[in-house]
Amino acid sequence: MYPRPVPETAHASRRLYMTLVGAILIVWLAPLFAVILTSFRSMADVMSGNLWGWPTEIAVVENYTAVFTQTPMARYFLNSLVITIPSVVGVLILSTLAGFVLARYRFPGNMLIFALFVGGNFLPHQIMMIPVRDLMVRLNLYDTTTALIIFHVAFQTGFATLFMRNFIAALPDELFQAARAEGATPFQTLIHVVVPLVRPALAALAILLFTFIWNDYFWAVVLTVSDDVKPVTAGLANLRGEWVSAWNLISAGTIIVAVPPVVMFFLMQKHFIAGLTMGAVKG
Amino acid sequence: MTSLWRRHRWWLTPTLLILPGAVLFAVVILASSVQSLWISLHDWDGFGPMVWIGLGNYRELMDDPQFYVSLKNNVIWLVMFMLAPPIGLAIALLVNQKIKGMRLVKSMFFIPLVLASVAVGVVFTWVYTPEFGLLALIFRAFGANAPALLSDEHFVTFAIVVAALWSQIAFCMVLYLAGLNNLSEELIGAGRVDGARGWNMLRHIVLPQLTQVTFIAIAVTVVGALRSFDMISVMTRGGPFGSSSVLAYQMFEQSIFSYRFGYGAAIASVLFVIMAVFITWYLTRIIRAEERGA
Repeated sequence: MYPRPVPETAHASRRLYMTLVGAILIVWLAPLFAVILTSFRSMADVMSGNLWGWPTEIAVVENYTAVFTQTPMARYFLNSLVITIPSVVGVLILSTLAGFVLARYRFPGNMLIFALFVGGNFLPHQIMMIPVRDLMVRLNLYDTTTALIIFHVAFQTGFATLFMRNFIAALPDELFQAARAEGATPFQTLIHVVVPLVRPALAALAILLFTFIWNDYFWAVVLTVSDDVKPVTAGLANLRGEWVSAWNLISAGTIIVAVPPVVMFFLMQKHFIAGLTMGAVKG
Repeated sequence: MTSLWRRHRWWLTPTLLILPGAVLFAVVILASSVQSLWISLHDWDGFGPMVWIGLGNYRELMDDPQFYVSLKNNVIWLVMFMLAPPIGLAIALLVNQKIKGMRLVKSMFFIPLVLASVAVGVVFTWVYTPEFGLLALIFRAFGANAPALLSDEHFVTFAIVVAALWSQIAFCMVLYLAGLNNLSEELIGAGRVDGARGWNMLRHIVLPQLTQVTFIAIAVTVVGALRSFDMISVMTRGGPFGSSSVLAYQMFEQSIFSYRFGYGAAIASVLFVIMAVFITWYLTRIIRAEERGA
């Protein structure tokens, strides 16, 4: 192991080490703690400039109620779910199918298709912005959640296919030879061999995609304008313009945007890390 | 019909399976990107007919002072973002201990990575707020006045990049922690026997084993730097007077606010060329690795 482990018997150095790490962690997360604390602050505190000290009164219920009742935040939150969940499911299906074919069938152009999926994934979003926006306008989908779902599914399929292909390619060959010997059709092989084995990969991918899509801001502002379809990210940017210095409410709004990915991350941390490193390290 | 299907399904099924993903990706992502290159050769307001002007937009771009400001800021992002891999490695080395409670500590360090960049932008706008911000508070403790970073054209880009580095460092740290867990115990042990310690051990025994991780960390950092848009949009809208704009934001502004879609497409194309150089380098590396592996 590197660096050398702090020995279990050295109590003093252990305590010193933990104190040091704790101190760095507090500095690292200071902006976040401040936002959480401010989302508890009363308006009086904000007005008097007490933005970083301890709140004089806890107004957590008032603040979050205000955000949910006086602003469209609840609507934005719902929109984000309506956009994110179907997009994740769509990408998982399409990328499993495409990844299976690219991993298990040799055909001319296999490498080219793979390279296009990977390369396309790195394109700057702005290079496709105008035509995608135009396409959605022509399909009569501009300013709908469907437009965002279609885009996210298309775009994330690139990364997800790379991910699934690498995972399926690493499965033992014998399984596929056995399936072929049994006379299984490609479709049967997919359902009975691939799908049961890729579950961990799907879990990792699902949490990553959820975070990517939930956090998207650029496409939200390019493809939506009305409050009825806007996700939380674009919504938060809007609210900030409206409540210039009501920092306690803006903080509460920020926490609402941040909570779902953070909760998902803590619930599925092992999958998240595995996904991130597998996707990155293999690709 | 069924016999025809049966005779051909060995290739028909795979084709049908890959088709939905491939077609959607080709139409929405790839065709759109090519189409942008075409639009960049036209004058277009997004509604009326497109008028062919050849390289007109690019010629205008060469004389546009804002273009050079954006390009310069892209370079600042790129250079400053290169701090993320070493700092990420440093934190990874710091927390790579198996002590009770360290798992939670590591997860806490990861948090900025999963925060929406819009949320990070809002948080840091507030840290930088003159008079009331955290920064102002720290400066006042030393008896000084904090500069209004986000309204100062010399500091604004640096201030935004520092905010963006927060999550990028967390990303690199995750990658390095995974890399540190895959180190060869034998090599480390051999190094210890030979008396390698501290910096020497890191430089000659650990880092060579992390080459692959470093390659990935640099790749995601370059892409992250060139993709910067959200934070700029949320924190400054490119201001003051365009001084914190980057190509991605200038493109958005020209198209969505000024209805100059042809000009916007030309800016996007320049950004695309910069990214393409990088993508080519990246793809040749992984395809070569793939061929070696296969």
